[in-house]
Amino acid sequence: MSALAPVLEPLTILIAEDSAADLLLLSTIVRRQGHQVLTATNGAEAVEVFTRERPQLVLMDALMPVMDGFEAARRIKQLAGEELVPLIFLTSLRESEALAQCLDAGGDDFLPKPYNQLILAAKINAMDRLRRLQATVLQQRDLIAKHHDYLLHEQRVAKAVFDKVAHSGCINAAPNIRYLQSPYALFNGDLLLAAYTPSGDMHVLLGDFTGHGLPAAVGAMPLAEVFYGMTAKGYGLAQTLREMNAKLKRILPVDMFCCATLLCLSTQRRVVEVWSGGMPEGYVHEIATGKRTPLESRHLPLGVLSAEAFDDRTEVWPMALGDRVFLLSDGVLDTADANDQLFGAERLQQVFAANREPDRLFEDIEQALAAFRGEVRDDVSMVEITLQPGQQLRASGPLYADSGQSCPLDWSVSFEFRAETLKRYNPLPYLLQLLLEIHGLREQSGALYSVMAELYSNALEHGVLGLDSRLKCDAQGFAEYYRQRNDRLAQLNSGYIRVHVQVVPVGAGGKITLRIEDSGLGFDVEQVLARPLDMDRLSGRGLSLVRQLSSDVGWSDGGRSVCVEFCWEALA
Amino acid sequence: MSVESEVSLDGKKLMIAVKGRFDFGSHQAFRDAYERFYKVPELYVVDLKEATYMDSSALGMLLLLRDHAGGDNAEVQVINSNSDVRKILAISNFDKLFDIS
Repeated sequence: MSALAPVLEPLTILIAEDSAADLLLLSTIVRRQGHQVLTATNGAEAVEVFTRERPQLVLMDALMPVMDGFEAARRIKQLAGEELVPLIFLTSLRESEALAQCLDAGGDDFLPKPYNQLILAAKINAMDRLRRLQATVLQQRDLIAKHHDYLLHEQRVAKAVFDKVAHSGCINAAPNIRYLQSPYALFNGDLLLAAYTPSGDMHVLLGDFTGHGLPAAVGAMPLAEVFYGMTAKGYGLAQTLREMNAKLKRILPVDMFCCATLLCLSTQRRVVEVWSGGMPEGYVHEIATGKRTPLESRHLPLGVLSAEAFDDRTEVWPMALGDRVFLLSDGVLDTADANDQLFGAERLQQVFAANREPDRLFEDIEQALAAFRGEVRDDVSMVEITLQPGQQLRASGPLYADSGQSCPLDWSVSFEFRAETLKRYNPLPYLLQLLLEIHGLREQSGALYSVMAELYSNALEHGVLGLDSRLKCDAQGFAEYYRQRNDRLAQLNSGYIRVHVQVVPVGAGGKITLRIEDSGLGFDVEQVLARPLDMDRLSGRGLSLVRQLSSDVGWSDGGRSVCVEFCWEALA
Repeated sequence: MSVESEVSLDGKKLMIAVKGRFDFGSHQAFRDAYERFYKVPELYVVDLKEATYMDSSALGMLLLLRDHAGGDNAEVQVINSNSDVRKILAISNFDKLFDIS
């Protein structure tokens, strides 16, 4: 015994042998090595014993009556399935062909007769090691599969919850948005949000968090919350961006951030306002000329800079009805082929150039990616928004829980916003919230907000900042206009905008009078109002909109003061 | 991928060289490259001469290094970046935080 390799753990071993003498001899040897022995005298019996007792190892004579060892080996291997039941052929055969046949039938090794005790023990031990290895591999595979299922389940649940948050906006309902997102792009950190402002403009955010998996997805929740909350309340891009940046900076670890492009598309003003930090270039596609203006990343991603250092400067581009804005995530450009070559911006430009039908652009890009790589990555996001007419103004604000019994109906209030405030604060969302305390006005909140926004920006841009709207006669002048606006605002150190609100009950309904004054030079009201209401002009659109939306509008004090009225009937 | 680091003789400059793909796979090695030094250098230099690729998690690692080096007061140079890597740094506007050449 001492010469034999130590037995780790006694095994149950089936010995199939038709010679009674050999069977006795072998059983004795194996038992002495510490194992438990089962016996069979032909192949059929071996299969039967195996089925009943499931031994861990089989020693099988090749040539036996009723069913030979080869057939029995095949059946036993089939019964064993994934589990490794080592099978050693006992054979007096000597020709290579016969020995190879043993292994072909599913045998793992063979042992020539007459038996050598040392070799037999060593082979049993070696086979036992293999058996254990296989068992460990199977166990670990099952464990990994279980974890994987669990993870997928978690992702499905998280995705379902997140879809409710992320898609609570208008991304699926708006007829002018087309997007393509890999189903689990979220878990690669991609985020796409869209919502209407109270005045009917559309805000769109395409974001891309660093990293992968759940860590990349967690930051998306607070970002979506800020986006929807502030857009619905009428905050502009600058304030929304500041809030998103500050929030992400506060909650994310240092090495996590969110590359993002944020857009405000305005059908009324025929413009798109853009802020981009860390995203690949998107494009404004002018359909009439085919020209594509790149929307370059000008900023650090969200969540990197402190609130003080954050730069919320946006760019404004003119758009005609039917023009499109196209945004994409880096998954498109970073799609790699077998040689680690990236798809890149140039190949994307070629797809643009070859595209004949604008509506098939996504398909063209997908095909190009597929042809380049063979399969598309799962973090590809693309979105295209078309400037379309006729987005109805509607009350899309938050739901109100109050009953209306305590609604204020007879009051007035005045504000004066001075230079330092005008520079960095947009008072409109606050004013709108205040006015929507009046239940009768809620139906008209969209129109009310649009009119307030127009009058406020007129007072600021043409009044306080003294900008000339005639600059906006072409695309170049347009960019110049907004450059001047930013510069003059940054240097502003005097001036004011006053807002007076007067609410009075009229019968069962009421009337609100809104007067806005500015410190500017005023303008020739009659001359400006005499201009034709040319809807395709880049400038002067604001006033016609105001006149369409409010029941009464009038200027005084040489154009420095404007007054509008909104009336409402008794609530049903 | 490999990350090597070396402090100048006067202990004032820490040089970190990244080779191959600079992505999440080099996270731990990159952190070790500056965290293992007991003395705090005045200048950090990340040499990307032999870096072939860089993804957004590598940008995150640069931010971690900047934070470690003192945040807004940190002096971190990123040198020898090839054109692909430079493009990625440019899109993210990291030149506003790092001295890139």
